Amino acid sequence: MNALQRHRKLDLVWASQPGFRGWFSTVNHNDLGRLFLITAFFFFLIGGLLAMLIRTQLATPGSAFAGPEIYNQIFTMHGTIMMFLFAIPTFEGLAVYLLPKILGSRDLAFPRLTAYGYWCYVFGGTMLLVSMVLGIAPDGGWFMYPPLTSSIYSPGINTDFWLIGITFVEISAIAAAVEITVTILKYRAPGMSLDKMPIFAWYALVTSLMILTGFPPLILGSILLELERAFGLPFFQADLGGDSLLWQHLFWLFGHPEVYIIFLPAAGVISTVLPVMCRTTLLGYGWIVAAAVALAFLSFGLWVHHMFTTGIPHMGLAFFSAASTLVAVPTGVQIFAWIGTMWKGRPELHLPMLHLLGFFVTFVIGGLTGVMVAVVPFDWQAHDTAFITAHLHYVLFGGFVFPMLAGIYYWLPHVTGRRRSFRLGELAFVLIFTGFHVTFLAMHWVGLMGQRRRISTYLPEDGWTTINLISSVGSFVIAIGFAIVILEVVLNTVSARRGGRNPWRAGTLEWAMPTPAPSYNFASLPHVTGRDPLTDDPKLPHALARGEGYLATPGQWRETLTVDIASGKPDFHVIYPGNTRLPILMAAVTGVFFLSLLLKFYWTVPLAVIGVAALVWRWVWALGRAEDLPAQDIGHGIALPNAASVDRSPGWWGSLFLLTANATFFGSLLFGFAFLWTVAPGWPPPVWFAPSMVELGLGIAGAGGSAVAIRMATRTNRQGAQPMFALGLGLVAVLILAAALGLLMLRAPSPDQHAYGATLLVLGGYGLFHACLTALMFAFLAARIARGFTSAARRAEFAIVRLWVDYMALVGTFILLMAHVTGISA
Amino acid sequence: MLTGSILIFALVAILVAASFRSRKGTIQDRFWVLILGIAFPATVLLALLGYGLFVGERLLPRQGADVVQVAAEGRQWDWRFSYDDLPDQTTEGVLHIPAGRPVDVAITSADVVHSFWVPRLAGKMDAVPGRVNVLRIEADAPGTFAGLSAEFSGRGYNNFTFDVVAHDAAGWSNFLTGETE
Repeated sequence: MNALQRHRKLDLVWASQPGFRGWFSTVNHNDLGRLFLITAFFFFLIGGLLAMLIRTQLATPGSAFAGPEIYNQIFTMHGTIMMFLFAIPTFEGLAVYLLPKILGSRDLAFPRLTAYGYWCYVFGGTMLLVSMVLGIAPDGGWFMYPPLTSSIYSPGINTDFWLIGITFVEISAIAAAVEITVTILKYRAPGMSLDKMPIFAWYALVTSLMILTGFPPLILGSILLELERAFGLPFFQADLGGDSLLWQHLFWLFGHPEVYIIFLPAAGVISTVLPVMCRTTLLGYGWIVAAAVALAFLSFGLWVHHMFTTGIPHMGLAFFSAASTLVAVPTGVQIFAWIGTMWKGRPELHLPMLHLLGFFVTFVIGGLTGVMVAVVPFDWQAHDTAFITAHLHYVLFGGFVFPMLAGIYYWLPHVTGRRRSFRLGELAFVLIFTGFHVTFLAMHWVGLMGQRRRISTYLPEDGWTTINLISSVGSFVIAIGFAIVILEVVLNTVSARRGGRNPWRAGTLEWAMPTPAPSYNFASLPHVTGRDPLTDDPKLPHALARGEGYLATPGQWRETLTVDIASGKPDFHVIYPGNTRLPILMAAVTGVFFLSLLLKFYWTVPLAVIGVAALVWRWVWALGRAEDLPAQDIGHGIALPNAASVDRSPGWWGSLFLLTANATFFGSLLFGFAFLWTVAPGWPPPVWFAPSMVELGLGIAGAGGSAVAIRMATRTNRQGAQPMFALGLGLVAVLILAAALGLLMLRAPSPDQHAYGATLLVLGGYGLFHACLTALMFAFLAARIARGFTSAARRAEFAIVRLWVDYMALVGTFILLMAHVTGISA
Repeated sequence: MLTGSILIFALVAILVAASFRSRKGTIQDRFWVLILGIAFPATVLLALLGYGLFVGERLLPRQGADVVQVAAEGRQWDWRFSYDDLPDQTTEGVLHIPAGRPVDVAITSADVVHSFWVPRLAGKMDAVPGRVNVLRIEADAPGTFAGLSAEFSGRGYNNFTFDVVAHDAAGWSNFLTGETE
């Protein structure tokens, strides 16, 4: 079989449906990565347009361009869109497109999940856009502080759009994070041990783990606030045992890591592109990985620095101030390692390099003003002035937009397979760079002169007129720059000359394939022996196309293989699902769920939940097969077991990381409970929960019973028998626990009168949800066994269910103890 | 702080620019990471942190005989001030204080989160519903100082301002006896 025949056979299996129908059924990371990036850029343009409106409004004093009603919507949406609908999805899109290629694999771990996440993002983003078009967009600031956003002070639907729409979009962030984590850990080319992984993968891994632990507090906060708005559960009302500061803690517990979630992928791009531009290798690979990990940890200890003015004791502030300044150290390590890389090599001023220089200048200034703001007395003055606005734009524009522009120009030849023939990019860079610094240096200045953030207008006597005008002019220059970038990308895609392979002479695997990338990435998978496989062996692309790597024989399925996490030894063989419209359908039904909540059509909520459950059932059912697969030959004399016949299958890994996010969510809920209990005014509650030893005992027995039952079922299956009895036992045990949790919810003392009862209600609901989910899983396993989808060898699904059952048993017991024991002690 | 920042920025800029020279000496990896990357920022930051905490500590409200106690309650979009020395009177939009004496402002909110800020007298302090935060302010000389609410609070946020009037000793006693409005 020659290279062309191999290509045809592989493409037959891997290609999406032709035409626009393919958009809705594709699960291929090539398509979805590009869709993600294009959609994110579309939202960037909308966010940018809103920024232009803000600058138009502020260009002159007393401007009548927009009143506060509209202006408040504009700046709220600008922040919201840039953070949630541009920055995070851009990382997701880049990682989705790039990771399988850079890791030497054929697709991401869960292709359908990629598609589901993408459609959730599109639908959730559309909800927010619709609100804006209708003039009922969120207007409480992107941080949504209650009580301003509670139903008393914001009775309209505006705030609900934010809470519900953003939670919908977060699904895609969590989905992508699970997917990226599992892909990086398991779906690599054989031989690629952790220390040989491309640096971008390290950054993406750290970022994903941060999303898994950083986003749940915000999701929890949004759910609690929406519950307060819709059903009057007073989590944030001081007179009913709530506390508005709880929101600020939950929000910034997410919000500060968010800054690094945005910066780290950009740093990954810099660490990838910079050495290539300097014709050398990255200096201090190990140090940079360590710095990224350190940043991730430190960033979770910083959130209070957004709350320096909320009256927190000075000792507490000292701790967080120290953490905030400390975070500059790992950033410093990275910056100087990059400069050292430039010294080591011979920098060449290609277009991506220009943007990297733009990054250096802008980001270092942003970092320095950041250190200033971390000094508490300075922050007491600068807080909530335009100085902060300027600072954060230096950090985000410098730390994200410039590196991403470098990335766009660096990987554009890979996506289009063409060479740049117009020199528009250099002009665009000059305009964007100059415009940016004019706009935001001026903004630092008016900030120090006392101009507050978020004011819609000011007086001529304030003396800010000239500076604001300069700032606005600068912002229009930026806009022209971006228009040129778009023009160039479009021209490049439709008209330019075909380019050769690996135009930058890079060493990473994404350049070891034809461009634009074929649907299956690599005709055969490489064996990696170093960090820059393509530098070590420039003929690698041809060898792979000739089928000299692994999995070179095209079969009837989309296949790839996984590796052992640390050593990179081949682990097991994976068969992917093909094109399907299931993801978009499920995203749509998920959308019905959120839309029903938004419009308060509560009778369609359970219908949507049942719909999602049914689709999930079908989703999982489609995997696996009814007969044992023999060990699969992957070439070079290696045979691997199939994913269905291992203990730790992709589904197990995915569940593990999803549960990590889930546990963070639960932890945040416990934090909220403890915070209200100890700190909020209005405690103790007027009525405590009435404990019941019977309910507590039965519930704990149910939790323990289900954990025992799934173990029995696993063992019986291993012995080759049908574990129906154990599964039935498990189902009964789960239902008993569910009943105990349900009673807890019913008996929670007046949830609308005090935050204590409201929190118990939510805790009970959380436990009940997991009990129902686990019951469904027991039923699913039973159905799979009945249809012959399991065997002593095909045991993967038992391990997955066991993970979920154990988690449910743990949180269920914990919740019951919390309610009943606190009831007793009171 | 500004000078230091400019110096650091200049250092980085020079290092980046110098990397473009065609001939340059070799510098060890360890120098970049350990000296420039870790030791240098750590030293600068420790110094700055210590300084910040020292200044911050000085700004904290301390007990003292001549401290004047007042209270500020924010609401959309208006501040109400009351005075321990004058229990029956409240003022709206204007806070009266004596000049040259430390004043503790007990800040709270009747509705949403606000922030009490008189730029020339002290930093900001948030007004959080259900809580009381104390901010120490002190005017060196009599006069009128502009105050702002510095936490976004909805539609009326633009013009949500107030004044602080610092009286000399005579003016303050007049105020306490009810002769000033």
